[in-house]
Amino acid sequence: MTRELADITHLEPAWDLKAVRRDFPLLELQQDGRPLAYLDNAATTQKPRQVIDAISDYYRRDNANVHRAIYRLGARATEAYESARRTVASFIGAETDKGIIFTRGATEAINLVAYSWGRHNLKPGDEIVVTLMEHHSNLIPWQLLARDTGSTLRHIPLTPDFTLDLEAARKIIGQQTKLVALVHKSNVFGVENPVAEITNMARDAGALMLLDAAQSVPHMPVNVQQLDCDFLAFSGHKMLGPTGVGVLYGRPDLLDSMQPFQGGGEMIDRVTMESATWNDIPWKFEAGTPNIAQAVGLGAAMDYLTAVGMNNIHDYLGQLAGYTRERLQEMDFITLYGPPESSSGIVTFNVDGIHPHDLAQFLDQEAIAVRAGHHCAQPLMDCLGVAATTRASMYIYNTTAEIDRLIEALRKAHSFFN
Amino acid sequence: MNDLRDLYQQLILDHNQNPRNFGTLETATHSAKGHNPLCGDHLDLYIEIEDDAIKDVRFVGTGCAISKSSASIMTTVIKGKTIAEAKELFEKFQHMATTGEIDSDALGKLAALADVHKFPARVKCAMLAWRTLTAGLEPGSETTTTE
Repeated sequence: MTRELADITHLEPAWDLKAVRRDFPLLELQQDGRPLAYLDNAATTQKPRQVIDAISDYYRRDNANVHRAIYRLGARATEAYESARRTVASFIGAETDKGIIFTRGATEAINLVAYSWGRHNLKPGDEIVVTLMEHHSNLIPWQLLARDTGSTLRHIPLTPDFTLDLEAARKIIGQQTKLVALVHKSNVFGVENPVAEITNMARDAGALMLLDAAQSVPHMPVNVQQLDCDFLAFSGHKMLGPTGVGVLYGRPDLLDSMQPFQGGGEMIDRVTMESATWNDIPWKFEAGTPNIAQAVGLGAAMDYLTAVGMNNIHDYLGQLAGYTRERLQEMDFITLYGPPESSSGIVTFNVDGIHPHDLAQFLDQEAIAVRAGHHCAQPLMDCLGVAATTRASMYIYNTTAEIDRLIEALRKAHSFFN
Repeated sequence: MNDLRDLYQQLILDHNQNPRNFGTLETATHSAKGHNPLCGDHLDLYIEIEDDAIKDVRFVGTGCAISKSSASIMTTVIKGKTIAEAKELFEKFQHMATTGEIDSDALGKLAALADVHKFPARVKCAMLAWRTLTAGLEPGSETTTTE
């Protein structure tokens, strides 16, 4: 296979890279006569035809509202939706699909915990602990929660080499800590955080553990039982799935004890004009007609990724990021950010004398899509001492040839602006 | 690459690397802070007004080539203008940045930024200094944003 792939990569993915690329219609897109090198996968990935077809087939053959219809079409829609839930449960190693709640995305999943658990369990004196490398989606919900309950939000700082300061964490996480909300894998550095150590600290303190897994579930095998987390949140669209669907995994006994998130149809058991009782989990947390087609699409995306193999994906993205960092280090006008060890699939950098927005504009002209800005992590940018950075993030269809194009374009950009 | 040369004209690259009127101004009578939440860029503008005219103006801040050069060129153009003239220029500049239509007589070298209208995501970058200026000329102004 290596010889066949020589024109696009010198790495050895465990899958047929050319066949995988052919599955993604958008990768055929030409921009100014050149194929687009899409390197913004940490923002959202492209979709294979298997996912696009699953959504399209659902609307063509199975579409009806779920859970209520007596007719057979409705039963098929319900089965498609609930089957996607079982696929998710199996994909993240959940003991039961009762703990799988479909949300709009990772952001809504985290907000669900902040509302349904946080606002009923926290009081002044209680503490929520996050880290300095959180995406705003795992920071702002806790800021709002602290404001509304009078509880306190604290954060684990970084060491000089930009890893979590575990010594400081030991001092911060204590008896007053009720929840630790930790980003599993940083969307800026691509680094995997030491979940086991932090979870031990949370357990010793009697605190709950929430993982923002928006970047980890797409990139590596994730098993909620091995991680021993209480909550885990991620988005579908960063792992080949459609936008508008994400997942909150919650420990079933915990979900059972929590208040509903939104009120409406589906989440109820018995309703009078004065009051209501709640449906069982997970439906208690899925008010209204859910995102059925999107859930079906996410199920198809997980089937696709399972066939490729999450261990294989983790290995390949590590190699691809490693190659990218190596090539970037050839140029003395590049600053790389993050811990020195190789990250998985995400590389963040700046070019001397070029603002990231100008750089991204230049790269777009070269048909290369990267992200420039604060990556929804402004406190981390402040810590790095920059207003913005440039981020190249890869996925299962990216090649070393695309990285070589990026490197060449960075050289051109440097001479254009300096 | 033609499009990019249109956006990043030599004048813009020059003002980006060597911004004019860069620094604080002790004699400032007015000041305003501008901020672009999209990219975290920010700009502090210091204006000295005497007899309804802009006697001096300076800026500090960080930003992309478009926002920095736009601020720099703006300071060179509005110095000596009356407040009313500066506000009129703002209107003409905004019209140009969003439509590409240039009133050459009024705008002069500001026309170098006309092509931002082809890059919708960058119009805010070009407008940041101008929005900050109009905010600074209003009494009781504080931080302004591009949103």
